[in-house]
Amino acid sequence: MTTIDFLLQGLAVATDPMILLYALIGVTLGTAVGVLPGIGPALTVALLLPVTYGLDPAGSLIMFAGIYYGGMYGGSTTSILLNTPGESASIVTALEGNKMARAGRGGPALATAAIGSFVAGVLATMALAFLAPHIVKLALIFGPREYFALMVLAFVTVSAAFGDSALKGMTSLFIGLALALIGIDGLTGQARLSFGVPQLLDGIEVTTLAVAMFAVGEALFVAAQIGGAEDKVHAIKGGVAMSRSDWKRSWRSWLRGTAIGFPIGAMPAGGADIASFLSYGTEKRFSGHADEFGKGAIEGVAGPEAANNAAAAGTLVPLLTLGLPTTATAAIMLAGFQQFGLQPGPLLFVTAPDLVWGLIASLLIANVMLLVLNLPLIGLWIKLLTIPRPWLYAGILLFATLGTIGINPSPVELAMLTIFGVLGYLMRLYGYPIAPVVVGLILGPMAEQQLRRALSISQGDWTTLWSTPVAAGILIVAALALIVPIILRLRGKGHVLAQIGGDED
Amino acid sequence: MIKRLTATGRRPDGAAFIVAAGLAAGGAVLIWQAGTIPDKGGYAGIGSAETLIFVGWGLVLLALAHVVKGLRGGDGGVPRQAPVPIAFVVGGLLLQLLLLHPAGFSIAGGVLFSMTAAAFGKRNFALTLPIGIVFALVVYAVFDQVLKLNLPAGFLENLIFGG
Repeated sequence: MTTIDFLLQGLAVATDPMILLYALIGVTLGTAVGVLPGIGPALTVALLLPVTYGLDPAGSLIMFAGIYYGGMYGGSTTSILLNTPGESASIVTALEGNKMARAGRGGPALATAAIGSFVAGVLATMALAFLAPHIVKLALIFGPREYFALMVLAFVTVSAAFGDSALKGMTSLFIGLALALIGIDGLTGQARLSFGVPQLLDGIEVTTLAVAMFAVGEALFVAAQIGGAEDKVHAIKGGVAMSRSDWKRSWRSWLRGTAIGFPIGAMPAGGADIASFLSYGTEKRFSGHADEFGKGAIEGVAGPEAANNAAAAGTLVPLLTLGLPTTATAAIMLAGFQQFGLQPGPLLFVTAPDLVWGLIASLLIANVMLLVLNLPLIGLWIKLLTIPRPWLYAGILLFATLGTIGINPSPVELAMLTIFGVLGYLMRLYGYPIAPVVVGLILGPMAEQQLRRALSISQGDWTTLWSTPVAAGILIVAALALIVPIILRLRGKGHVLAQIGGDED
Repeated sequence: MIKRLTATGRRPDGAAFIVAAGLAAGGAVLIWQAGTIPDKGGYAGIGSAETLIFVGWGLVLLALAHVVKGLRGGDGGVPRQAPVPIAFVVGGLLLQLLLLHPAGFSIAGGVLFSMTAAAFGKRNFALTLPIGIVFALVVYAVFDQVLKLNLPAGFLENLIFGG
């Protein structure tokens, strides 16, 4: 069967009314959390993990993917109207988008962001569909050592390659790796670091850690800032219609953004935020309106918004084909797969083609839903921004603890939530990134398993780890991704890396 | 998310040393615990203990790097933080922890809700506490009754939804 056949088969799954409902819930929630400052897709998926435990696996995963896509759409709204990015991948959108809103051009800015997200989302999802089977073929020759090498690469790119300090990123990663060791060793059944506390035998729950670091840490951080002025929402004047020249200036940016975003998401090279920063730089150079940048150039909204959606779709390539998450949201989605006893990877395309292709096809439908949600219904989302902060954060914390109590209604779990929340606040305060902790927690045990498997096969011979060209090549790339940025920083070029620092989603 | 607003705050000298101490302590615990694990790795040559040792030494190395960084001099302090809102949020979480089983999800959640609202400036508990409890009850109804999540019930939940 060809990709087209599989996609048609997937569409049959995706148009099931229940699945459509799951997708709709996902994109609606995703848009809402994208719009609201302080919560993002990673946190939302983590919160929903315990809730979806008893639900349909395909529907739940489609909902998670919808949240991820929706977050990318919704984030632009806050950036443009409030100058406060709703999620990290929309930070650059604020640069030009908010200037446009101030100049009374908020409508076209929102429109180019939504349509650009749609164009990029559809193109990138198609690219995912056509690329995935080839990577699956490639992945079938991968053994434990190649997987271990890929995970090392993911560790490095998530923690050290971008951001303002490799030291801080690595510190975050190792905190995650250390937390991952708590509990029963999956290979031998040996209890580790449990100190006689029975609740620790199960290990640290992904939901608890993610919710604590993202929601509680964020709430503490926002609450503790002195003299933070309330942001002002810019009213949209004159509707969301784009003029002919807006279209003319936008479409190339959308395509360029897609071309930049998808490969960045697809390679373990960082998430949507990095893609959007690179796209912004590209637009500045190629738009032909460089003088307008900084004053509200529409290309500066169109390109990055397309790029972050394309990157979100791209992230699904390594997640689905290799089981390798490259962002915090993808890592938590992986935990979602595992919750249903599914292991993403090449085998999943064989054992559960309905689910995989249904998921991919639903993403196409989700993009259509999102376009409707984000253009005609934009007014509703703006209303969300007018919720006063005491109510907003009180609600966020109540839902945050709901997720934790849902997994395990024990005081120990809530105590962990509080401790990790304070840790998350301190890390935020001192500029340590959060995403590597979550990725370390989820990917750490998998990397350990692959390493020990590889070494078992070679009877303890460590050279096996770089004995094939593929594994050696990936490890060399990982080493470069660690060393080159350090050299760049030493030579005073660090500010560029700090700017494109990958963060949470 | 909006971390970026002020997270450019850099660390003073002292903080690097405190981080270093924390990392070193964590690393020491891992290495110490590795010693208590009996297995010896089998075919792979590495077993449950070796990963602890690896991550433990990784933490120790990062601690040393922080010491070096601290000695080289800090790069500016962090913005001054308001302690009262932090106390409200942490206090709310602890109260919820204590009240969860005796009083049930809704009352514990309502207390957390009102404490968080207080952290963000709404200190009128006579208003925020009832709103919080009602909101938590609605959440309980949706997630426990409809979505079958197992949330602890107190007298309030038993009164409304039956035991």
